[in-house]
Amino acid sequence: MSDKNPHYVAPIEESDQTEIDQVKLSERKSTLWLDAWRDLRRRPLFYVALVIVIFIVAMSVFPSWFTDIDPYATDSADLSKSNGPAEPGHPLGFTRQGQDIWARIVYGASTSLSVGLITVAITAILGVPMGAIAGFFGGWVDSLLSRIGDIFFSLPYFLAAVVVMTVLSDYRNVWVISVAIGGFAWATLARIVRAEVLQVKQQEYVQASTSLGRSRMGTLINHVLPNSITPAIAYLTLALGAAIVAEATLSFLGIGLPNSIMSWGNEISQASITVRTDPLPLIYPSLALIITVLAFTILGELLRDALDPKARARR
Amino acid sequence: MLRYILRRLLQAIPVFFGTTFLLYFMVFSMPGDPILALFGDRTPNEAVYNSLVEQYNLDEPFIVQYLLYMRDLFTGNLGVTFSGRSVNEVFADAFPVTLMLVTMAVIFEFVLAAVLGLISGLRAGKLSDQFNLVVALVLNSIPAFVAMFFAQYFIALGLGWAPVTVGANATWSTMWLPALTIALTLYVVGMRLMRGSVIESRGADYVRTAYAKGLTSRRVTPVHVARNSLIPVITNTAASFGALIAGTTVTEGIFNIPGIGKVLYDAIIGGQGPTIVSFVTILTVMYIIVNILVDLLYAVLDPRIRYV
Repeated sequence: MSDKNPHYVAPIEESDQTEIDQVKLSERKSTLWLDAWRDLRRRPLFYVALVIVIFIVAMSVFPSWFTDIDPYATDSADLSKSNGPAEPGHPLGFTRQGQDIWARIVYGASTSLSVGLITVAITAILGVPMGAIAGFFGGWVDSLLSRIGDIFFSLPYFLAAVVVMTVLSDYRNVWVISVAIGGFAWATLARIVRAEVLQVKQQEYVQASTSLGRSRMGTLINHVLPNSITPAIAYLTLALGAAIVAEATLSFLGIGLPNSIMSWGNEISQASITVRTDPLPLIYPSLALIITVLAFTILGELLRDALDPKARARR
Repeated sequence: MLRYILRRLLQAIPVFFGTTFLLYFMVFSMPGDPILALFGDRTPNEAVYNSLVEQYNLDEPFIVQYLLYMRDLFTGNLGVTFSGRSVNEVFADAFPVTLMLVTMAVIFEFVLAAVLGLISGLRAGKLSDQFNLVVALVLNSIPAFVAMFFAQYFIALGLGWAPVTVGANATWSTMWLPALTIALTLYVVGMRLMRGSVIESRGADYVRTAYAKGLTSRRVTPVHVARNSLIPVITNTAASFGALIAGTTVTEGIFNIPGIGKVLYDAIIGGQGPTIVSFVTILTVMYIIVNILVDLLYAVLDPRIRYV
């Protein structure tokens, strides 16, 4: 060891410290959504759910791609085949009225999907502003909006929908049922958004925005909301599945959609009369319902994990 | 603690009046004749019509109607159902049955959540954990009424392990199947809470200390890991108790269980609007009361809540 100036630690240019400190401009940029997408791409369940959702959307928009039979046609029932077994061209057999089960499931998809989407839209339109304004402005605005939210939160939304659908028995359609469900289901979303906004508004970039002269509302819309919306998106995906279940349950009880509208809940309700002797007309639409709800549940769960960097780090 | 209880009770007052007002508003301030609307396609005969006008004080202004309705609710004078029995009487007969069904369901839910959550938490990331989670998710995606039909057809009718319908003989032994079915569609949330807190406590200092003292996992797992992880599962189970009190309509309808849900189910199927409104109001009030009790339970189990 003749060196007068021995290095106990490697000189900085020989260590990998420089590597670490360097900002690589060539590296892929990372945003929350890009990270989430990379995370989702690695999950096999994501593809399963995605394929199911695409399939259901396709069924809703182009039902004639999936079946040649139009269940809305007046001659679609053949009573001689009541609860009949599958035969060529009728893969799932017949309902009690002798209608093709597969065609009715295909045409029911658009009802479920429409109710799901409209309900979720109503939930979001009511829940996001209520939660965001309450959380961001605080004070008496928060007290007022949160108390209103408490009232809706304490009213089981299914029971409220039962009352609305009973009173509006002359106006049973996709829009009314969506309003009946979404109009009472938004309070949970408002709570989620409020909690997230309360956290985000403490951040420096929010203070910077207001000190640079942006209005409070502008700050809320441009900086706070985009950064606090991700839990809401995951929740809404789950709520879509729940809305489909609520519609099917109301239709099953006979206060949802009229029988003239193809709905899986109506199919199950009709088939339940003869379930003990002929379970298949009940089982097939039930499976359609379960698979659809499962797909949206999985999607919502994966989105929630993927959009939460803390949960991602824990995994 | 007393302060917390008082504050929680005070908070419930606007919620109570808000929800009942909302329900009442939806029914009786709609354009058109509310009584005709409640009967849908059917038209009530004149005697029924007049007695309902009188019962709901429909000749008074709206706000007076609501206040009189509140007085009736507090004094337990909610009129009669279509079979001519008073709502009170029907409630008194039906509520114990629902309470029994829901109690059984949440016990099943708790056991499923605790046991499967513990197994999953101890084997986090392994195949059995993943399998557990996927099964719970699939069961959770089955709508209650579909689950009830499947249980009824495959287990009660197919295997003959339970009565197909319960009927008047509502006991623990006849209602286990609907109760278990409810639990199976619900346990996923509790199971995840258990799994999460098991994973957390496995890494906690007191567990490491327990192992360092020379204890085997046979002792550490039940006493140190499982017991401390149960608190979130207990509170979640309590919360689902509240939701179930108000949510057994379909279950009781399909299994013919003579509880409150069945009364509501029959009223819905029979298009008996006034009975629907009375029982939805009662169930909402029950739901609010149970939720207050659940919140108090939270405060007992987790002292931090009281100071928030």
